[in-house]
Amino acid sequence: MAILKRRGGLGPTAPDQQAAGNGLLHRRALLGRGLMLAGAAGVGTGTSLSGAAAEPLEDAEWSRHQGTTVGPIGVRSKFEKDTVRVLSNPKGEPRTQHARTPHQLLSGQITPSHLHFTILHNGIPDIDPNQHKLVIHGMVKQPMVFTMDKLMRYPMVTRQTFVECGGNSAPMFSNEPVQASLQLLHGLASNSEWTGVLLSTLLDEVGVDPKAVWMLPEGADTPALTRSVPLKKAWDDAILVLYQNGERLMAEQGYPVRLLLPGWEGNMNVKYVRRIKITDQPAMTYYEARNYSPVLPDYKAYKFYFVNEVKSFITSPSFGMSLKEPGYYEISGIAYSGSGTIKRVMVSADGGNSWAEAAVQGPAQDKAFTRFHIPWRWDGSPAVLTSRAVDDGGNIQPLRADFVKVRGETLKPVTNPMGFANQHYNSLTCWGINAKGEIAHVYA
Amino acid sequence: MFTLKTLSLAAFVSIGVAGALAAGNDTKNGLGARPGLGAPIPESDIKAWDITILPDGTNLPPGSGTAAVGAKLYVEKGCDQCHGDNAKGGRNPALITEEKMQGQGIETNKTIKDFWAYSTTLYDYIRRAMPWPAPRTLSDEEVYSLVAYILAGNKLIDENAVMDAKTLPQVKMPNHDNFIVRFPERI
Repeated sequence: MAILKRRGGLGPTAPDQQAAGNGLLHRRALLGRGLMLAGAAGVGTGTSLSGAAAEPLEDAEWSRHQGTTVGPIGVRSKFEKDTVRVLSNPKGEPRTQHARTPHQLLSGQITPSHLHFTILHNGIPDIDPNQHKLVIHGMVKQPMVFTMDKLMRYPMVTRQTFVECGGNSAPMFSNEPVQASLQLLHGLASNSEWTGVLLSTLLDEVGVDPKAVWMLPEGADTPALTRSVPLKKAWDDAILVLYQNGERLMAEQGYPVRLLLPGWEGNMNVKYVRRIKITDQPAMTYYEARNYSPVLPDYKAYKFYFVNEVKSFITSPSFGMSLKEPGYYEISGIAYSGSGTIKRVMVSADGGNSWAEAAVQGPAQDKAFTRFHIPWRWDGSPAVLTSRAVDDGGNIQPLRADFVKVRGETLKPVTNPMGFANQHYNSLTCWGINAKGEIAHVYA
Repeated sequence: MFTLKTLSLAAFVSIGVAGALAAGNDTKNGLGARPGLGAPIPESDIKAWDITILPDGTNLPPGSGTAAVGAKLYVEKGCDQCHGDNAKGGRNPALITEEKMQGQGIETNKTIKDFWAYSTTLYDYIRRAMPWPAPRTLSDEEVYSLVAYILAGNKLIDENAVMDAKTLPQVKMPNHDNFIVRFPERI
């Protein structure tokens, strides 16, 4: 197809850019310069690209005098003051505090460190890295203590990966769609570039007993948060993380060192890690025995869920935005899988009746946010936008009907999106757009 | 003067003592020689941090407690401020409940009585994280008594039962067998 060619020159192209129902265009439409010009000629889409006439241009106020002084820490434009996390417990009452990432206001794949989601159960500990120690003990040949200055001398690896709370997207279990922003629905997931020491390097040094199966990482935070983690994961890709997006970890992300288990339930990525005990059995700690055991419709519950399964959602357009006029929009979203790499993302503009393949930002990385895009020409009639991701292991994001059949939904609608706490939702998210361009959360 | 034999013996000893801990190029990650910068420490020096209780009772400390003592401690230590009078719930969840899980679907309250699968989790979590404003200030005996108070209140043990390292792991939790391992192949 001619429109696939990036170097198409100025020739007439784009015979038919429609890729699926309701105005979804081919994922590569408009990527090339030639195509822009082809569009300007009105070929293919039948819509003129020229809008209302522009005003004459003048120098703006801010262009005419000296700007503010540069400081030691970069600051955002004051016009971005609303790009903030939503807090569940801003006053810090004695309960868990959540801060949710505003995906609807962000793009790209890295979540800025200060907008990375976090959950803290009893505040942020103020840890002096010169006094922090990590001990590895239990079923090992030789228990050992590592100070931070020693740990900093170890060989390090750098990788991108998402961290997602096991309870992210919990409001999606509601039997009726919860009218809430993307941030409230899916804000407990973020993606960073992390740098640190492979845990396997240290396990090699302490000498793990071959009979050991589990490890019990524990934090130096007030509740001494601890989880049971299969040693298999430790040998596979666990990292003791020291840096986030190039700088030392944010205090609320576990400074000076946290455990990173790529693709696994956020709570297991123990922050402020000070102790790892090697054992032959899980500890059945509070967070695994109670909190992160999702209840099923027949009152049984899953335990050891661990993996955040393949998932995607459209970030723009999404709830709370409105489309001002019919015409061209780019649909954009995030896909990720705790089992591997995003292979494909399908998008629908008609609630799943027809699908088109989105362009996936490459190279897609293992267990990391992967941005997808697809152009869309809205004709002004009602539409339902949704996305569905597939990973390289062949895992497909489940349709809601199939998901709910197994996992259930609430008996009454969820009224507080920050209050409901079931876990591990990875089905679809649908945005219903009415003729006025208003966007609601719908089930399709 | 060193012979070849003494040299290799010395090398054997120095590597052997650390159990090949600090040398060699056989790391799984292919990053080369081990830095070996960890400081050996005996388990006895880790005791203050080693607070994890395993479901079979491993690491439960000496001492014992009863529900009667626990009931007093529940008020003295301020547990009621969050968990309500008689542990029936306040701004934080109830610890002692009557109602059954059934009827609430996936929104069911994960109560100690009807959801928790291991009695040892109670000991581990109370000692580790409670009271919320001052965790790890309870004595081991006090923790046993608070555990006994909660278990007896939920009618999971006799109200006069003594909880200690032997009796606690034997407490039968009704929901114990209702859990499904989600991804067995990951363990």
